[in-house]
Amino acid sequence: MNFTLKVWRQKPGEKGKIVTYDAKEISSDASFLEMLDIVNERLVIEGEEAIAFDHDCREGICGMCGCVVNGYAHGHQEGTTLCQLHMRAFEDGSVIYVEPWRSRAFPVLKDLVVDRSAFDAIITAGGYISIRTGSAPDGNAIAVSKETADAAMDVAECIGCGACVAACPNASAMLFTSAKISQLALLPQGQPERMTRAQRMVRAMEVAGFGACTNHGECEAACPKEIKLDNIARLNREFIGASVKKQA
Amino acid sequence: MANNMTFLETSVGKKVLMAATGFIIFGFVVVHILGNLQLFLGPEALNQYAAFLQASGPIKWTVRIVLAASVLAHIVSAVMVTLQNWRARPQKYAVKRYQETTYAARTMWLGGPIIGLFVVYHLLHFTTGHCHPVKAGFIPDSNGVINVYNNVIFGFQDTVASGVYIFTMVLIGLHLYHGLWSMMQSVGLNHPKYNHWRKAFAVLFALLIATAGISLPVSVLLGLVTPV
Repeated sequence: MNFTLKVWRQKPGEKGKIVTYDAKEISSDASFLEMLDIVNERLVIEGEEAIAFDHDCREGICGMCGCVVNGYAHGHQEGTTLCQLHMRAFEDGSVIYVEPWRSRAFPVLKDLVVDRSAFDAIITAGGYISIRTGSAPDGNAIAVSKETADAAMDVAECIGCGACVAACPNASAMLFTSAKISQLALLPQGQPERMTRAQRMVRAMEVAGFGACTNHGECEAACPKEIKLDNIARLNREFIGASVKKQA
Repeated sequence: MANNMTFLETSVGKKVLMAATGFIIFGFVVVHILGNLQLFLGPEALNQYAAFLQASGPIKWTVRIVLAASVLAHIVSAVMVTLQNWRARPQKYAVKRYQETTYAARTMWLGGPIIGLFVVYHLLHFTTGHCHPVKAGFIPDSNGVINVYNNVIFGFQDTVASGVYIFTMVLIGLHLYHGLWSMMQSVGLNHPKYNHWRKAFAVLFALLIATAGISLPVSVLLGLVTPV
């Protein structure tokens, strides 16, 4: 298959621009990232600098990869990370726009690579439980119902890729933050720090420069792990509850 | 890592305020439009209702103050959230496609200010009479008394004025279609069992209020209600 790529190229500290590349004789079974690899091999041979993009596991579980492809975060396929999107999902001969996540909180480092430290700051603020480390706790020492465990597991699927921010018209990080708050708020282990967690994570999110949630639902549509919008309502509930009880 | 941002300094807090004040304004709009639908019951009903409202002194002023404060808080929080959202993406996408969002949701930032301007016009039109299109001030009826029933009809006989109302009612419908569902999300009211009712509630009230609002000028323009 052949494609015309319109790729965002940006050197550190400089303004970026869209550059056009040909991707020729690509296997329909190549993943999107493999297609970029093939283009890069040619660019290197021709003495050009390779297109920088983030990737790691290439099996859709690590959260490293991700670009906005033709206007969709991780491409148009539902519930799929960019590494799991294959070229057969595109029309032969089509033009494909490849851009980095766009957010003030995610500055472009180079080409398609963005700095997602803002997510780390949100996690550092409260996305954990404080426990005594040591020998492994007894299995089943803390009873968790199947329903609760399932609900917590659904949000724990979040891989922190940042597609929610990229897809949101406001570049809001509410889906990510709500997933992380929900995951711990649902489980008994998360209860002792529940109030401080909501307070601190929301504020860390605000400070990082993300936009606000105006309930468009784009994040839910783009999320490769299909995290639900309901979690944002839970975040709001948790934050209101914590604010009323004045625990910070 | 905790910082000392107050509740209202966070966007989550501002959205809660926007939802709460929006709900108050929505409640007023429902009562206001139900009251004015008495136009269809004839001059006596509407004029008596208007006299009853005017006679309610302190209650009237309490409602006005609460409403004005709500509108102000609604606007301030909306402006601040919108500016935060515009700042959050300095570099736009060359190509961006949306999958879930609606026209209503995407135009809240524009619809809001237009509705705000309409409220100013609406007050100058029917409350103070400064913008009454027939002539400055209200026209007395055959008994020399200024009456609300006639004011409404003369006001809507002007096609431009009626057009402004009809257009704004459509915008209010769009605003409510997104806002009524959105406010529940913002204050954390959700439950998997009842979530589908939230959108249904928003659609129903958006349609009811827009239709009721449009029915008044349209009926006057069609000559279905006439002055006394």
